[in-house]
Amino acid sequence: MKFFLKILKDFPAYLWSGWGAIASILLFIALWDFGNQTYGNLVLPSPLETFQTLYVMLHDELVWNEINITLYRASVGFGLSLVFGSILGLIAGFFATASMMSRPVVTILVGMPPIAWIVLAMIWFGMGDETVIFTILVASFPIIFVGALQGTRTLDGDLKEMADSFHLPWHMKFIDVYFPHIFSYIFPAWVSGLGMAWKIVIMAELLATSDGLGASLAVARSQLDTPTALALVVIMIGSLMFIEYIILEPIKREVELWRS
Amino acid sequence: MEKLEVKNLNHHFGFTEILRDISFTLNKGKILSIVGPSGGGKTTLLHLCSGLLDVEEGSVTNTFDSSSFAFQEGRLLPWKNVVDNIALGLLAKGEKKSIAIQKAKEIALKFGLEEEDFLKFPKDLSGGMKQRVSFARALVVKPSLLFLDEPFSALDIGLKKELQTHLIEISREENISILFITHDMMEAIRLSDEILLLKADPGHIVKKFSYDLIQEKRDDRFVYEESAKILQDKDIIETFELNTLELK
Repeated sequence: MKFFLKILKDFPAYLWSGWGAIASILLFIALWDFGNQTYGNLVLPSPLETFQTLYVMLHDELVWNEINITLYRASVGFGLSLVFGSILGLIAGFFATASMMSRPVVTILVGMPPIAWIVLAMIWFGMGDETVIFTILVASFPIIFVGALQGTRTLDGDLKEMADSFHLPWHMKFIDVYFPHIFSYIFPAWVSGLGMAWKIVIMAELLATSDGLGASLAVARSQLDTPTALALVVIMIGSLMFIEYIILEPIKREVELWRS
Repeated sequence: MEKLEVKNLNHHFGFTEILRDISFTLNKGKILSIVGPSGGGKTTLLHLCSGLLDVEEGSVTNTFDSSSFAFQEGRLLPWKNVVDNIALGLLAKGEKKSIAIQKAKEIALKFGLEEEDFLKFPKDLSGGMKQRVSFARALVVKPSLLFLDEPFSALDIGLKKELQTHLIEISREENISILFITHDMMEAIRLSDEILLLKADPGHIVKKFSYDLIQEKRDDRFVYEESAKILQDKDIIETFELNTLELK
C-alpha cells in the first residue's frame, strides 16, 4: 500500500520529466510530414489526415469492438505466458538439471520464427482466437521463462549464507533475500514479453482471423486505404506506449531504486 | 558456563583434506583469533563453528545462547537501506518492526553512521560505511558469541583502529565472546586473549599464543613490540613461508 502511494507521489515528477520525449515525438511527426510532402498522399498520408481518420475511427463503436477483441486475445495470451513462464522458470532455476535440460528447448522456441508458429497453429486450431492466443503464448513464454530462470540461477550464495547466519525464517528469506533479486530479472522480462505479445497479436490476426485490429489492417491494405492503416498503427503504438511509459516504467523505477 | 568447544575436528571437500584434528575451547567473554595464510581453511573452520557448514568428523559443541556473524565484504542486502539492513537480525528474532528500527538507529549512531545515511542504499555507501553497517547488524542482536570473518581487511588503518576500539568496548560492556579469523598478526595481537596459528595443507593448529594484558591497555607500542617478537617465531615463519622470499 505504502509502495503504491509512493509511486503516485512521484508520478507528477516523472511526467514532468517527459518533455524531452514529447519533443522527440514531435520531431518525428515533422519528419513524417516532410515524407508526405515528398511522396504524396497515397504512399504516406500526412499526420493531420491520419489523426483526423483516427478521431473519426475512435468515435465508431465497431472500431472499439475490434480493439476490445485484440486486447482480449493479447491479455489472455500474455497472461498465460506470464503465469507459465514465471512459474516454470522459477522451478527450472532452482534445479540445475531442469535448467540444463530446458536450455535447448528454449533455444528452439526462441529460434523458431513466429510466422511458422502461425502456420502451424492455423492447421491445428483453425481460424480464430485459439490460433492467435497460441502464437502469443509460444512467442512471449520463452522470454519470461528465461528471465525467471536467470533470476533464480544468479541468486547470490553469499547473501544466502548471511541469511542463514542470522537464522532468517523461510518467509523472510523469500521476501527479503530472494524475491527482490528475482524480481529485478523477471520484471524486465515481463515488459519485453508484453511488447512481444502486442506485436504478435497484430501479426497473427492479420493472417489468421477476420476480426481484431490485425484483420482491420488487412482490410485497409486490400482497399489501399493508407490513412486507416496508419491510424491503426497509431492506435497500436499509442496503446503500447501508454502501458510501457505510464504504467510499467513508474513501477520499475520505484522497485529498482536500489540499483545504481 | 557458556562456551564453544571444538574437539578433534576433521573436514574434507571431496577428496581434499581441508582441516585435520582441530581442538580448542572458547570461554565466555574471551576473544580468540585464528591466524594463518590465505587458503589455509580458516573460513571453513569458522563456518563449521557457526553451523553454516555441517560437521563431518569430530565435534563442535556450542552452548552460547545466541550468535551472529560479520563478514569480510559486509554482505548487505542491496535493496534495503541502512536501517532496514541493520534491523534484519532483530526482525528474524521476531522483534516488533518499530522497536527493531529504533534499536537499529541507536546502534547505527554508536558506530559512527549519521542520520542522513539512514535511508541510503548500500550502493551509495563507502567500503568503510558498509563495514560499519555490517558490524551494527551483527551486534544489534546482542549475541553472546560473535563470529568475525576478516572484517577489517578492506579498511584503511584509521578506520580499522576505530572499529576495533568500538568492538573491544562493546564486547566488554555486553560480555560478548568473539571468534575471529584474520591473516593480520597486529590485528590479532591487539584484540585477542588467545591466538591459534593455523598451518595450511591440511589446516592444523601448530601453536597457541596467549596475551594476558587487557585489551584497553594495549597501546601501539605493545602491539608493535609483540608483533616484532612473534614474527621471529620459528612456527610463524614456517607457516607464513616468510623465509622463502628473503631478499638476497
